[in-house]
Amino acid sequence: MKNVSENGYLDMELLRFTTAGSVDDGKSTLIGRLLYDSKSIFEDQYEAIKVSSERRGETGVNLALLTDGLRAEREQGITIDVAYRYFATPKRKFIIADTPGHIQYTRNMVTGASTANLAVILVDARKGVVEQTKRHAFISSLLGIPHLVICINKMDLLEYDQQVFERIKKEFQAFASKLKVQDIQFVPISALKGDNVVEKSQNMPWYGGPTLMYLLETIHIGSDLNLVDCRFPVQYVIRPQSDEYHDYRGYAGRVAGGIFKPGDHVMVLPSGFTSRIKAIDGPDGPVKEAFTPMSVTIRLEDELDISRGDMLVRVNNVPEVSQDIDMMICWMNPVKLKSNGKYSIRHTTREARCVIKNILYKVDVNTLHRIQEDKEVGMNDIARISLRTTVPLFFDKYQINRHTGSVILIDEGTNETVGAGMII
Amino acid sequence: MQSYNLNHLRELEAESMFVIREVAAQFEKPALLFSGGKDSIVMLHIAVKAFHPARVPFPLLHIDTGHNFPETLAFRDNLVKKLGARLVVGYVQESINKGRAVEETGPQASRNILQTVTLLDTIEEHGFDALMGGGRRDEEKARAKERFFSHRDDFGQWDPKNQRPELWNIFNSRKKMGEHFRVFPLSNWTEMDVWQYVLLENIEMPSLYFSHYRECLNRKGTLLARSEYVKLMEGEKWEKMRIRFRTIGDMSCTGATVSPASSLEEIILEVAAARQTERGSRADDKRSETAMEDRKKEGYF
Repeated sequence: MKNVSENGYLDMELLRFTTAGSVDDGKSTLIGRLLYDSKSIFEDQYEAIKVSSERRGETGVNLALLTDGLRAEREQGITIDVAYRYFATPKRKFIIADTPGHIQYTRNMVTGASTANLAVILVDARKGVVEQTKRHAFISSLLGIPHLVICINKMDLLEYDQQVFERIKKEFQAFASKLKVQDIQFVPISALKGDNVVEKSQNMPWYGGPTLMYLLETIHIGSDLNLVDCRFPVQYVIRPQSDEYHDYRGYAGRVAGGIFKPGDHVMVLPSGFTSRIKAIDGPDGPVKEAFTPMSVTIRLEDELDISRGDMLVRVNNVPEVSQDIDMMICWMNPVKLKSNGKYSIRHTTREARCVIKNILYKVDVNTLHRIQEDKEVGMNDIARISLRTTVPLFFDKYQINRHTGSVILIDEGTNETVGAGMII
Repeated sequence: MQSYNLNHLRELEAESMFVIREVAAQFEKPALLFSGGKDSIVMLHIAVKAFHPARVPFPLLHIDTGHNFPETLAFRDNLVKKLGARLVVGYVQESINKGRAVEETGPQASRNILQTVTLLDTIEEHGFDALMGGGRRDEEKARAKERFFSHRDDFGQWDPKNQRPELWNIFNSRKKMGEHFRVFPLSNWTEMDVWQYVLLENIEMPSLYFSHYRECLNRKGTLLARSEYVKLMEGEKWEKMRIRFRTIGDMSCTGATVSPASSLEEIILEVAAARQTERGSRADDKRSETAMEDRKKEGYF
């Protein structure tokens, strides 16, 4: 036990991040370096991709083959889908949602960004801020990612020139002022040479800031959670059929916001009944408080009729309750969004049907301009819509709470997930 | 000041509890695939927490190749008894007897692929609409693109090019008649996380995972344990080695690693220093570059 606990291995923080970059900007190289330098690539994996790279007649080892695991991806040399990669340092465990460069870009990046605490955006120092950079920043902001790290890559090709770095930084900041991201950091790097990725660069003495790895290990993510607005979507009702627990009735779920404590005065939505929390059972028995993202079981003082899809909230802080909802939607299916179309909608643990009432505008993801004249919403489009649900939903604005502000739309004919919505 | 942060193991645990409860809530007849390996043991451990003090509201399903390590079966039966769980077993031997599956021949024969037939038949026989598996995305490249809720058509097939997008923690379980889902509550766990959690929770593990002496043969770098299912090929011989298993499948294809690690702490330090993936010792994955994807498409675990 000694070595293990001394290393702090049992007590690390988890950081989920997404990586964005356009074609040839060195994203695979950067991820390869993070994995390689943190010893997360194994010998047999490395050998296998080395053999594959040689067989394809490539010079050097193609690190993209590490996760381009599907046969079709290998055959066509493209990445089809979001891949999840894992690595850890003694300080943190990381989950990378690695999104492919160009094919169905928006759909994949939105998926990867939906669970990320941080986005790494790569900019080629020779090209500066291009349309794709703006698109990546916009999607990160739309999906409510609290931290952006802009890596200005290939500094080695421009003689590690400070002027270049400062100019791109200024350019990006001008654009980013239109976005809702709190925390933006800039790091000049060379993924290929390793400058400022894990090791501090000797080639850029003018840069006094942290390396990318240092940022990933230390960026403060503790205050990103909503600890103010108490929200508990009921997932499952636990009623043991045993003599010992004859009167036990617990509401299982994952805290979606705020801090719940025994004794709290709570209201049940949609019924509006109120009660007090008798006890909260965590994974290892009763706990004194429960916060996001804990999975717990809440017991109440009174016997109320509560089922999956209901929500427990604090009496003096209730979410919006409505059937008419405005949202930004990202469309993810080749079959276009139908105005007046009916879809199945899922929000927290609640399920309903909805009808699309209005398509207000589409967003040009490169310029952020609103497009009013063309309201055809197809694959990879982002649009503002309003819809009406068959039963009320209990929600917050997405920018205030990602758990209670997000929905998915499902095509009732094909059962496919066709849209991702962020409530405004 | 009070810190409102879960550490990585507690956050992974909370995520897995959430996913398992979603399965119980969204499906009519789910089951938990239990192989007796470390991942399914951890998954079951979390399932027990997710429904406490009620019993786990679904049965365990074991696909028995007939080539199991005896330790695995003893461990399974013991655990089932302790939890008062319901166990369903699908036997590969029965599929062979019925002519549904044909046994491979030759010294390298394995029943690994045949399990798919038995698995799909068992799903149909019992009408299961969701099976939870202990698969992790870090295990193998085809699994890196797997969803938490993974759709299977009415032939049990996986279509990796055409997966439903999965956003936030909202899972889409809609399906047509005859289709089913595979659900992977441990998707975001790594081998290291699993062992750290086993240590943290003091979960009992089969003795196969700990260092012991055993007669093995070395076949192209894979160390196979002596059993009636492994036949010597020319130039091969049984040797007594000090080994442990990093992964447990059936005896015909699970390779051992030479290791002195006899406690959880030692295993964790060994995993931290390991330069080979755990499936590196699996003969079933070595059959081709996309062996896992090909089997998964057909309906494998």
